[in-house]
Amino acid sequence: MIDTLRLTAEDAAGLLERKEVSGEELTRAYMDAIDERDGELHAYLHVVGESGTGVPIAHKDLVTTKGIPTTAGSRILEGYIPVFDSTVAARCKEAGLPILGKTNMDEFAMGSSTENSAYGPSHNPWDPDRVPGGSSGGSAAAVAGGLAPWALGSDTGGSIKQPASLCGLVGLRPTYGTVSRYGIVAFASSLDQIGPITKTVRDCARLYEVIAGRDGCDSTTVDLPEPVQIPTAEDLQGIRIGIPKELNEAEGIEPGVSEQVQKAIALAEGLGAEVGETTLPRSVDYGLACYYLVAPAEASSNLARYDGVRYGHRAAGDGDLTALYERTRWEGFGAEPKRRILIGTYALSAGYYEAYYGQAQKVRTMIAQEHAAAFEQFDLLVSPTSPTVAFRIGEKAENPLAMYLSDLLTIPSNMAGLPGLSIPCGLSEDLPVGLQLIGPQFSENLLFRTGHALERALGFDFVPERLRHA
Amino acid sequence: MLHVARLARLEIPEDQIEHVQAELGAILEAVGKVSELDLKGVEPTSHPLDLVNVWGEDEPRPSLSREDALANAPDPADGAFRVPAVGS
Amino acid sequence: MLEWEPVIGLEIHVQLKTRTKMFCRCENVWGEEENTRTCPICLAHPGTLPVANRTAIEWAIKLGLALGCEIAPRALFHRKHYFYPDLPKGYQISQYDVPLASGGRFVLPTAEGDREIGIVRAHLEEDAAKTIHVGGSAGRIAGAEYSLVDFNRGGTPLVEVVSEPDVRSPDEARRFLQLLRRTVVELEISDAEMEKGSLRCDANVSLREVGESGFRTKTELKNMNSFKFVADGITAELERQRDIYEGGGEVVQETLHYDPSTGSVAPLRSKEYADDYRYFPEPDLVPVEPPAGMVEAARAEIGELPGARIRRLEAEVGFDLAEGLVSGGRDRLFEEVPGDRRAVANVLMNQFAALSIDPAQVNAAELGKLIEARETLPRSTFAEALMATGDPDFRADSYLVEVAISDFDELDPVLDRVIAANEAQVTSFKAGKEGVLGYLVGQVMRETQGKANPKVVNERLREKLGA
Ligand SMILES: [Mg+2]
Ligand SMILES: [Zn+2]
Repeated sequence: MIDTLRLTAEDAAGLLERKEVSGEELTRAYMDAIDERDGELHAYLHVVGESGTGVPIAHKDLVTTKGIPTTAGSRILEGYIPVFDSTVAARCKEAGLPILGKTNMDEFAMGSSTENSAYGPSHNPWDPDRVPGGSSGGSAAAVAGGLAPWALGSDTGGSIKQPASLCGLVGLRPTYGTVSRYGIVAFASSLDQIGPITKTVRDCARLYEVIAGRDGCDSTTVDLPEPVQIPTAEDLQGIRIGIPKELNEAEGIEPGVSEQVQKAIALAEGLGAEVGETTLPRSVDYGLACYYLVAPAEASSNLARYDGVRYGHRAAGDGDLTALYERTRWEGFGAEPKRRILIGTYALSAGYYEAYYGQAQKVRTMIAQEHAAAFEQFDLLVSPTSPTVAFRIGEKAENPLAMYLSDLLTIPSNMAGLPGLSIPCGLSEDLPVGLQLIGPQFSENLLFRTGHALERALGFDFVPERLRHA
Repeated sequence: MLHVARLARLEIPEDQIEHVQAELGAILEAVGKVSELDLKGVEPTSHPLDLVNVWGEDEPRPSLSREDALANAPDPADGAFRVPAVGS
Repeated sequence: MLEWEPVIGLEIHVQLKTRTKMFCRCENVWGEEENTRTCPICLAHPGTLPVANRTAIEWAIKLGLALGCEIAPRALFHRKHYFYPDLPKGYQISQYDVPLASGGRFVLPTAEGDREIGIVRAHLEEDAAKTIHVGGSAGRIAGAEYSLVDFNRGGTPLVEVVSEPDVRSPDEARRFLQLLRRTVVELEISDAEMEKGSLRCDANVSLREVGESGFRTKTELKNMNSFKFVADGITAELERQRDIYEGGGEVVQETLHYDPSTGSVAPLRSKEYADDYRYFPEPDLVPVEPPAGMVEAARAEIGELPGARIRRLEAEVGFDLAEGLVSGGRDRLFEEVPGDRRAVANVLMNQFAALSIDPAQVNAAELGKLIEARETLPRSTFAEALMATGDPDFRADSYLVEVAISDFDELDPVLDRVIAANEAQVTSFKAGKEGVLGYLVGQVMRETQGKANPKVVNERLREKLGA
């Protein structure tokens, strides 16, 4: 009997290698788990159930998969069946990872709770009344709920790190440019990155190794400066970890979250890390505003292609072309994409560009400079991933601005194109708390090494408590 | 705002205009915070990586079959994508 | 009466004949079946990304250099947004504030000296797809029932050349465009055929009083798909604007469409919503910083420019023939064909030009032989031989055997018959009417079925008539 709740991808790979289970048996185990629990969790939008020689995987539903519906959680892509594979899907395929299914998400990755999915919210395996985070909430719920050994998510403002945090998992937002965006339904092109959501840091490194590296189809990718190292070290000797004051003392960080993060930092010191305070004077204060200009501006542009001409939803009814466009887009997009399209269109329109988009791009430079300054003294920065533990479904749904605060702590480093790893570091109110480690560009190996050592020392159990004896 | 909606090809139903307007107003006020900063002389970042001169060689690769090209079309006709008349 | 001065600037789109499209590697070909040269990228499927075509960048640099432009040390691609079914992404990838090439000048030779047309910029962008309007009258937008979109053309590389408003007449616009066409054809970067749409021209047109500084409101004139229509369209628009001013009105800024069938211009689209393209730097592409090697290689490929060649040939054959030869693409052949310069130029620009033979296919030495012998050949034979010059096996000798009748023994009886039969004409010739001689020569040619040597007939007739 395969315990999919506890089985890591590495464990599963071992079982396959030693021929203790077949690919079919492994997939069957996950399909059974999906049958049993996906009714409650709604982690998947489409279940495929492929089996093969490698460890099966779940893809966030914005990862284009040839012949398999890809909706990005939107009504406007209902029924869309891609005729090509995204680069990451192709790389997973080449590595022998069969597809279990496509996971639920906030529409076009816009959201922090998966409540913005046109197909209904996903539920947190730790407490189904709560959100799994977002926008990669389906991927996180699938892995935490034992419905997939690992999954791909995408992160624009925090959409991998935050759901990983809320579901007690490991999530990597890679350095911008290390993972191809070709075939990833675009939200904000200069921010979007694909990354793994896994149970362990070693699983995370393994999946990153599969997907990372320059892609001729994505002009903004580069080769990794060094090969991915699967971490083994259990100490943190010689690693300098900075605690940015503003990221750790921001308004809205729950005391229980702070407490677990501080305990983890103390543990890091015990493992040999040099820990000290540092500062990102204006990055946290202005990061959110900057993000909510840059991301919607790019989104308003990226979402212009959904016009009902070549694919996707087309509104019924008569009228000229403009009427068709306007109706198709109003019907096809949910409230959040429409909000962002309008904000973004406004920010780019004649007379407003300089004050909004142009100024936000300068803020972005400033944020990158502040991070660079902090990295002159420290190898890594640390903070909570999310200011809060998983909140209740519906709690923030009516207030977009309150929802936006979920990404307060993940946004600044994202704006600078930096990698960030979230690992679980304890429980608050019986719900997982995530620790965010931020490094300079291309420091994934250091993040894995640090995350792995901390993970060992913390001994966090990634199986949701309520499912442990089921 | 109706001008912006028109630019974005979104037809806001009459009864929602007020609500949408209020929501956008609040968000725009919040993001307007960026203008508090004096950033004269700071270069804008449009991209987090300092890459230049990435291009592909001028060598053809196979195109899609017409069937595949039109496979997802809501209204294919005569080997093409049909749309209503442009109007005036 | 006021004197009006036209102020004209051209925006010229040149389709590059690269093997593949600008941002995907679909084949860049013309005339294939609809939607058989598309891929997820040029259909703008979700998640697809552009990859710039290196050759297109090189060719745009080459054209920029040929236009005397500076090549930007760092150029960017921008997104230009508008909704139209031929624009699948909802934006066109183009260049905005930092184009690849800018600040050039184009020298347009004229009989009265050089005219300089400033070049604002030459930038690289992607072409839109083709929209076919069905129903209504003859495929026009107005009254169409629906439209069909063919994405084969979508994404073809274009260089957009924008001139300063330095053009001063419709004819100058036409000549500028023709010479620019020769330039891109000789650079071997485009077919530049207006009928096929691989060369397209819009004009910004305004008027001002002679001596007036500054510019008045301009209109944008589109859809002029031949050199003649460019001149005719601008002429019509200038007249329209002059009538407005002289009637005390004001010209409004708008986009107009030239209708060659009526020779008139009409507004193209409603101006209810002014264009707001929301340009911003394309985040899916990185800047282009043309390496010195790339720029120098492009520069090395530029030969003598057509304008300079007109000046060089002008010394031999005069301006009009020189311009005609160069604009018509017959100058290379002209330079290769031996023989009297004016005679060769005249044949190439008159009889030969009418035959639409590809000059590149012609054996210049054989053509030279033919032209040299043209006065001793029957006209019909010469015409027939000229027509055959496009054939790679063409040999002048096989026609030269048919030497025209120059022998007096053979000619005299015919001449005498003609003189006898045309008493009235002979009388008026003797009275000084020179023109009548041509008529008499014509009669001789007819009697000999065109086989007489007209030059000899001419001289012999004069002799006989005692002139
Ligand atoms: Mg253009
Ligand atoms: Zn293509």
